[in-house]
Amino acid sequence: MIPEIGHFALIMGLVIAFVQGLFPIVGAQKGYASWVAVARPAARLQFLMLAVSFACLSWSFLHSDFSVLYVAENSNTKLPQIFKFSAVWGAHEGSLLLWALILSAWTAAVTVFGRGLSPLMMGRVLGVLGLVATGFLSFLIFTSNPFERLVPAVAEGRDLNPLLQDIGLVMHPPMLYMGYVGFSIPFSFAIAAMLGGRLDAAWARWSRPWTQVAWMFLTLGIALGSWWSYYELGWGGWWFWDPVENASFMPWLAGTALMHSLAVTEKRGAFKAWTVLLAIFTFSLSLLGTFLVRSGVLTSVHAFASDPSRGLFILLFLATVVGSSLALYAARASKVRSHVRFELVSRETGLLLNNVILVVTTVSILLGTLYPLIIDALGAGKISVGPPYFNSVFIPLTVPLAILIGVGTLARWKRDSFATIWRKVRVAFVASLVFGLVFPAVAMGHYSVKAGLGMVLAFWVFFTTLKVVKENARGRGLPGLSLSQWGMTLGHLGVAVFITGITLTSIYSLEEDVRLAPGDKYELGGYQFQFRGTTEVRGPNYKGTRGEVVVTRNDHLVTTLYPEKRNYLTGMPMTEAGIAPGLTRDLFVALGEPLDDKGAWAVRIYVKPYVRWIWLAALIMALGGLCSLADKRYRVLARRQGEAVAGGVA
Amino acid sequence: MKARYLIPLAVFLVIVLFLARGLKIDPKKVPSPLIGKPAPHFELPALYDPAEKITPEKLRGKVWLLNVFASWCVSCRAEHQVMKGFVRMGLAPVYGLNYKDEAKDAKAWLQALGNPYKAVIVDRQGNAGIDWGVYGVPETFIIDKKGIIRDKIIGPVTDEIVKDRLVPLITKLNGEPQ
Repeated sequence: MIPEIGHFALIMGLVIAFVQGLFPIVGAQKGYASWVAVARPAARLQFLMLAVSFACLSWSFLHSDFSVLYVAENSNTKLPQIFKFSAVWGAHEGSLLLWALILSAWTAAVTVFGRGLSPLMMGRVLGVLGLVATGFLSFLIFTSNPFERLVPAVAEGRDLNPLLQDIGLVMHPPMLYMGYVGFSIPFSFAIAAMLGGRLDAAWARWSRPWTQVAWMFLTLGIALGSWWSYYELGWGGWWFWDPVENASFMPWLAGTALMHSLAVTEKRGAFKAWTVLLAIFTFSLSLLGTFLVRSGVLTSVHAFASDPSRGLFILLFLATVVGSSLALYAARASKVRSHVRFELVSRETGLLLNNVILVVTTVSILLGTLYPLIIDALGAGKISVGPPYFNSVFIPLTVPLAILIGVGTLARWKRDSFATIWRKVRVAFVASLVFGLVFPAVAMGHYSVKAGLGMVLAFWVFFTTLKVVKENARGRGLPGLSLSQWGMTLGHLGVAVFITGITLTSIYSLEEDVRLAPGDKYELGGYQFQFRGTTEVRGPNYKGTRGEVVVTRNDHLVTTLYPEKRNYLTGMPMTEAGIAPGLTRDLFVALGEPLDDKGAWAVRIYVKPYVRWIWLAALIMALGGLCSLADKRYRVLARRQGEAVAGGVA
Repeated sequence: MKARYLIPLAVFLVIVLFLARGLKIDPKKVPSPLIGKPAPHFELPALYDPAEKITPEKLRGKVWLLNVFASWCVSCRAEHQVMKGFVRMGLAPVYGLNYKDEAKDAKAWLQALGNPYKAVIVDRQGNAGIDWGVYGVPETFIIDKKGIIRDKIIGPVTDEIVKDRLVPLITKLNGEPQ
């Protein structure tokens, strides 16, 4: 009964989404106020329906109702309760339902926080979101119904993929989807503004906080995914340039460009048409990511359930959404003129370069991801694109971007001169050269020029960001800084932390595969690793072997690590690495294979300096996003416009 | 309407055409043009003994499988367990082609997941991969006693594929004269 209620609520959600999409948009064009007024209650009702539907599916999982096919395929009675719940989004159907739920939640949030919007604008924004939801819900209901029954029911489910039985992956998809789907809001603002024919600074001001919050979630989502692959895949890597990773990274890059471009549109009224295009581009990449992951065109390198008919559906959906948006753009953008002039040396130019670099990077990654497909479609051969391509494209493009952070943020709007900027950055320039080049000699074991250059870049971003804080605080002190200035500061400090992390980890990581019998010692990077043998362990749905490794440094105990090797019910083995995290280094031990019957094992040992800084950087950036979001000018604006509307009605 | 504002739409439509074509040429259903042809030549070092050079010619006279894998390939992990099961059946030896990978990563990966391969062939640059028409990892080739490629499985080998495709084909090939 419960699954049927869920299924019914899902269908109701689709019908309501269609109403929410059709009436307000037609009404807004024709001037029927009552049609436009449908939008808000419809959006809230749609959210309610999807929440009910999602709750029903969760109920089926928590009660192990194996008469539901999707539950039987992805759960098991022995699965711990938390993973039974996270299994709801453990595979295709459920993760789409989560996608749709989050979309409706975002839509409902617009009805609450967008009170200051004019009814017409609100109607159009919700209408566009309604149409997107209609597409997704049809996809869900017609090709990927999570409530399909299994007759006869089975006694025991197949269990959740053990890779996903982990707290990192419980949180990863919801965060990622919050980001992906969140970009639908700036997208629908852009479309609504074009439909209304008014592309002024107001739509940029409305879009900015939504873009920031989506970007914040996406940052956290990507970082969680990277952190998970680091400790769960057991070979110490944190980024693989896999198409699925690229699918999440491309919207992030485009979204970063969008945030910066929105700032120019809001503050200076420039780049209007470009910003609209970026908003479309960012959301299109989110949709394209879904297409790539779910259609199977690139499955050969990633294990996701896929189905060509689903691929066709998503492709048609993608073509309709993006195609019609770009057609609308072609029709309307030529009427938008930015009557704002700026000189060659100015903050506008800096932000323009920022946008160019970020978009070129995004397109290069898109090219690398689609290239095998394009070459194959042309019949020109079969090729694969891997990390070598992406690293050689990504690094040269992002180095100038990091340099630009220091120059652009210190340049004035409209016009500036190299001489003034140089006066502001020269101290930072010298300091970053000195600190950066000296850092590897002082803090690391041996000197590397590459590490020195990387650290110069990190210190450059760090010092110039501090200089920006100092400039902004002139005359009013640190408390005088607005929250959005803090947001920018944290965002850029995050970049400095990130550069530090990847530079030092990639250059100074040590790794060794060794054979260790109980009692054997091995020294790596100044740490002694002593293997104490293994014991058998038993979990709720796995059996495993647990090793004990005592780590000492100069005869002082540092930590004891317990790496595990597990065999899950599904027959899949998993390596659970033993990790001692630290701010300046991670110690990482993973069990390989038993080598003889006397208890000797192949053991992999890593010492990874500063690896944590990579994820710390993402946290700092996300915190920056949160700060700008809380900036009071958005609240004041909402209130003022709210009052204006209320006053107009009275 | 100015033409330059149509550029994004035009670019997008081209991408859609390619994606649509990509759907049609579903990689799992297109037979390799190499099926029925002699296995392309390579001479590559073995992972655990770089002095040993492996060529397809040396393997003439028996039925063997070439399994393309890499440590950076996520779906290879799932396939690996199936491969281990297949090797235990003792029907034919499986050679691993370690594709565009670091020797260190490959060794670590095999150590963590087990090594079912008769030998692991190192294709660091991916040149053999190009000759063999590898365009996604994992891929598996079945080569008969005369050195002819008889079938190719694109994507992870599953238990079903072992049961329905590999076992019948290899049993048949094992019965063929040299």
